[in-house]
Amino acid sequence: MSTPFYVSPQQAMADRAEYARKGIARGRSLVVLQYADGIVFVGENPSRALHKFSEIYDRIGFAAAGKYNEYENLRIGGVRYADLRGYTYDRDDVTARGLANVYAQTLGTIFSSAAEKPYEVELVVAEVGETPEGDQIYRLPHDGSIVDEHGSVAVGGNAEQISTYLDQRHEDGMSLADALKLAVQALSRDTNGTQREIPAERLEVAVLDRTRPQKRKFKRIVGRQLGRLLEVDGASTEAESSEEE
Amino acid sequence: MDFLSDHQPELLPGKRQLPPVQGVIEAPHGTTIVAVTFPGGVVLAGDRRATMGNMIAQRDIEKVFPADEYSAVGIAGTAGLAVEMVKLFQLELEHFEKVEGAQLSLEGKANRLSTMIRSNLGMAMQGLAVVPLFAGFDVDRAKGRIFSYDVTGGRSEESGYASTGSGSIFARGAMKKLFRDDLTEDQATTLVIQALYDAADDDSATGGPDVARRIYPIVTVITEDGFRRLTDDESSEIARSILERRMEQPDGPRAALL
Repeated sequence: MSTPFYVSPQQAMADRAEYARKGIARGRSLVVLQYADGIVFVGENPSRALHKFSEIYDRIGFAAAGKYNEYENLRIGGVRYADLRGYTYDRDDVTARGLANVYAQTLGTIFSSAAEKPYEVELVVAEVGETPEGDQIYRLPHDGSIVDEHGSVAVGGNAEQISTYLDQRHEDGMSLADALKLAVQALSRDTNGTQREIPAERLEVAVLDRTRPQKRKFKRIVGRQLGRLLEVDGASTEAESSEEE
Repeated sequence: MDFLSDHQPELLPGKRQLPPVQGVIEAPHGTTIVAVTFPGGVVLAGDRRATMGNMIAQRDIEKVFPADEYSAVGIAGTAGLAVEMVKLFQLELEHFEKVEGAQLSLEGKANRLSTMIRSNLGMAMQGLAVVPLFAGFDVDRAKGRIFSYDVTGGRSEESGYASTGSGSIFARGAMKKLFRDDLTEDQATTLVIQALYDAADDDSATGGPDVARRIYPIVTVITEDGFRRLTDDESSEIARSILERRMEQPDGPRAALL
């Protein structure tokens, strides 16, 4: 009988974290930003059908980077959790904090269980409040920790660079068009610092809009509406770049 | 619902053990619901009275609910069970939409409601029946459609107008005489309140417009733009103008003899 190699727990965890991080880094990044009337999700997504963003409940949205089948699984789990909560108690009793906790538990268990491979996903759970102060954004890395974020957050391959870029430029109370413009700029910066063009057809955009009269605040922005917002965007970009010069 | 029945079956109406009872259980009942289609949409309306035997249990009950963006359901029968059924139905439509990323077809929604009514058959046999009326805007065919049900879950699509509940016979008679193919939205909302007035006129379990308490029927309109419930001001205005006309003609508008 051969003796198995000894691997220290530190090494084992580091290897698993490394594996998960590499998996997430292969995917494209996405950003979540607060703006005056809510929270906007922006990502580059060539597919029209396989969404990175989704509605979980009235005020709660979900964004994920990494492996599709794994985050889709978590998304459906989240919708089930939220719907069951809301049906058993009341719609107001479904909160992003509760949901983020459930996700953290799930991801944490999977990450530390030796029998399973760690999930290669990074999630964002966001809840829009009655006022900007009430907005909540949670980032959930692959290992099951929770990070409470404010203003802007980026996940996925190039996340660190993008979030630094966003942190420097994001302000409270931006308009939707401005926030969208900033997000697209951040996403279109390559690792080596060069800008590339992301056409509107390759953008996936969704908002949690607190001014929506319906109970369900989540809305995808597509087609003409997106084009219109980006146009405003284009004009103000030019204005701003000329200012910078 | 499948998920619920696996994980928490006690939350579902059909799975409960019923205590053996003698006679009929006294519980609040809802009463008359009417629906009318018009080119471009459908109107669904209900009176506000709930009765318990001979007693009026509630004067301002709401019996018409949005099911989702493009459909609504009105309920007649045992109020408690019916409201629960509607809640579950709303949940299921929303859940499907979120998980699949697309809405169910109107036909699919109507079928789902049918299954839910059927699962309540045991209760219905003990006198706790729920008989809804389902109306919605079919986005694919671009028209309003109405589905009516019986206690066993039998589903039939109605053309033009339909009613359910204890005052439904009278409401249907009124609608039969007033309905035309080319109604406008305003005419359709007036028509349903006329029909409810006639139902309340002849059925003790249906409530008419209550001017003193400012309680008026709930009227909802579903069009291409989605579900909309008329505000209290809008429905009170229609109800008041009908009342005014009825001061002169208590039986309401007269249809031509031939």
